Amino acid sequence: MASISLNNVIKRYGAGKSTVQVLHGVNAEIADREFIVIVGPSGCGKSTLLRMVAGLEEISEGKIAIGGKVVNDLEPAARDIAMVFQNYALYPHMSVFDNMAYGLKIAKVPKNDIKSRVDKAAGILELGHLLDRKPRELSGGQRQRVAMGRAIVRQPQVFLFDEPLSNLDAKLRVQTRLEIQKLHRELGITSLFVTHDQVEAMTLAQRMIVMNAGRMEQFGTPEEVYNRPATTFVASFMGSPPMNLLKQAPNADFGGKPGAILGIRPEHLHIGPSGWAVQVDTLEMLGAERLVYCRMGDEFLIVRTDESLTSAPDIGATIHVTPRADRLHWFDAGTGKRLP
Amino acid sequence: MVERNPWLNFLAHAVVILGVLIVAFPLYLAFVASTHTAQEIVQAPMPLLPGSHLWDTYRAALFGRDTGTGSTAPVARMMWVSLVTALVITFGKIAISLLSAFAIVYFRFPFKNFFFWAIFVTLMLPVEVRIGPTYKVVSDLGMLNSYAGLTIPLIASATATFLFRQFFLTVPDELVEAARMDGAGPMRFFKDILLPLSKTSMAALFVIQFIYGWNQYLWPLLATTSEDMYPVVIGIKRMIAGGDAANEWNVVMATAILAMLPPAFVVVLMQKWFVKGLVDTEK
Repeated sequence: MASISLNNVIKRYGAGKSTVQVLHGVNAEIADREFIVIVGPSGCGKSTLLRMVAGLEEISEGKIAIGGKVVNDLEPAARDIAMVFQNYALYPHMSVFDNMAYGLKIAKVPKNDIKSRVDKAAGILELGHLLDRKPRELSGGQRQRVAMGRAIVRQPQVFLFDEPLSNLDAKLRVQTRLEIQKLHRELGITSLFVTHDQVEAMTLAQRMIVMNAGRMEQFGTPEEVYNRPATTFVASFMGSPPMNLLKQAPNADFGGKPGAILGIRPEHLHIGPSGWAVQVDTLEMLGAERLVYCRMGDEFLIVRTDESLTSAPDIGATIHVTPRADRLHWFDAGTGKRLP
Repeated sequence: MVERNPWLNFLAHAVVILGVLIVAFPLYLAFVASTHTAQEIVQAPMPLLPGSHLWDTYRAALFGRDTGTGSTAPVARMMWVSLVTALVITFGKIAISLLSAFAIVYFRFPFKNFFFWAIFVTLMLPVEVRIGPTYKVVSDLGMLNSYAGLTIPLIASATATFLFRQFFLTVPDELVEAARMDGAGPMRFFKDILLPLSKTSMAALFVIQFIYGWNQYLWPLLATTSEDMYPVVIGIKRMIAGGDAANEWNVVMATAILAMLPPAFVVVLMQKWFVKGLVDTEK
């Protein structure tokens, strides 16, 4: 059973007066075979959290358990995990085969087993014809697959991915994303995937941990995170373009508390003959859709329309938008938390 | 931009050829001198073309002779001493510096900064500055006139430590972490990953330190008194008896040529490795 248990995990750097706390008590229970994405902006502590699970960073307080066993004091190699790094971290002087076999060699796995495991992983990742090459003779996507192969041959309980797609170009990123999904379906190994890209999070996660400034803001399925964000941060982080958060909307019209923040996604605003009067500021034409950036008083709104709108509004013109009544989100203005 | 001025081409070639001639001419003369007899050389003008006594002269130099006013020690023995000294110094320096740089870059330990700066400070202290105390220590330990005495005081190297330190700092941290995830301990990481990646640095240092070890003059002069432990550079000097005595210049020149061959050979050999290493490495 390769479940992961994060119990009030805290991370501090420095000592005495100059202590900086970067993780403020993260709690999460991850079940066996789940694909969990940890997503958040740069500096939110997601890589630190992953590295603490890996054993590359000390745990200041709290417990991390893998498969029911507390691993706080275990070396990375003893935790039965494997990691895929952002910059691949392949050994430059070794062939692809040797790169994948290195961990097994150290663990004194018999040669025949090593060969069969490496060949199997190479088969899954289509690296069979590249086994004799050195990393510098491979493209970025191939290198990343070798890094994944190195993780697979260890047959670990848990896979850890540290922003593995960040160094790939856009097209390759989409391709590798699909390969990772396929891999998880085939192998079913519990995975922790760190990224700052919310698209990767939405497409890969079975559940995701949204982090901000060292705190876990929400832990839920993509559907929950997108449709019922727990805080204004999650609401504006997930979804592109981000959710509109309005402080001065006429809340009473929609049954909201006075002073609360109204959240409405760009795709849930409808341009029509009546509704809020807003001024068009900019237009962005994206092919399949059009983004209309509007201004309402001091606040800005983004409206997403499909291209069936017969004509684009003029810049500076006043249009009327109405929100979908069943897609309103209310947040407390002080704490940013979702109001029921 | 590629210039296509034939006049400049010619000028560039002319300057370089002139430079080569100026540098190579004394070497050529030395070689020519080593192929004549002593009498032929001292006649004015000195012959500019090789003579016919090549084997005689070199044999006399290598295996000793009865004539001559300076030292008549066989050069073969001295070449051997020089070779052993230079190789021991080179391998010793590389081994010690690799381990020191490894410790400095990858470990935390008490007084680490102090040791780092202590090594740095020794860069300002060449052998000559500490030669008195070093001689006393070596002599008290009974290591005079031995290979140990010739090599051990010269083995620690701050330059090599720094070179390796700078190189190790360019090795990405992720490689260390990947190795840790694979279960490699520090020495395993050192042997399997750091050493193979350091091959170019090691080749470069091999050349530098070999030539340094081969050319050592002052320290061997102090540390050895018996002829069979002299390195070849000292042998050359001792063949030249001072004053008005007539020297056997042909043998002296032959010895000089012999003394130049191993370092030249090392440089040529290592050049191949350099280029290969430069082409191969990429992280």
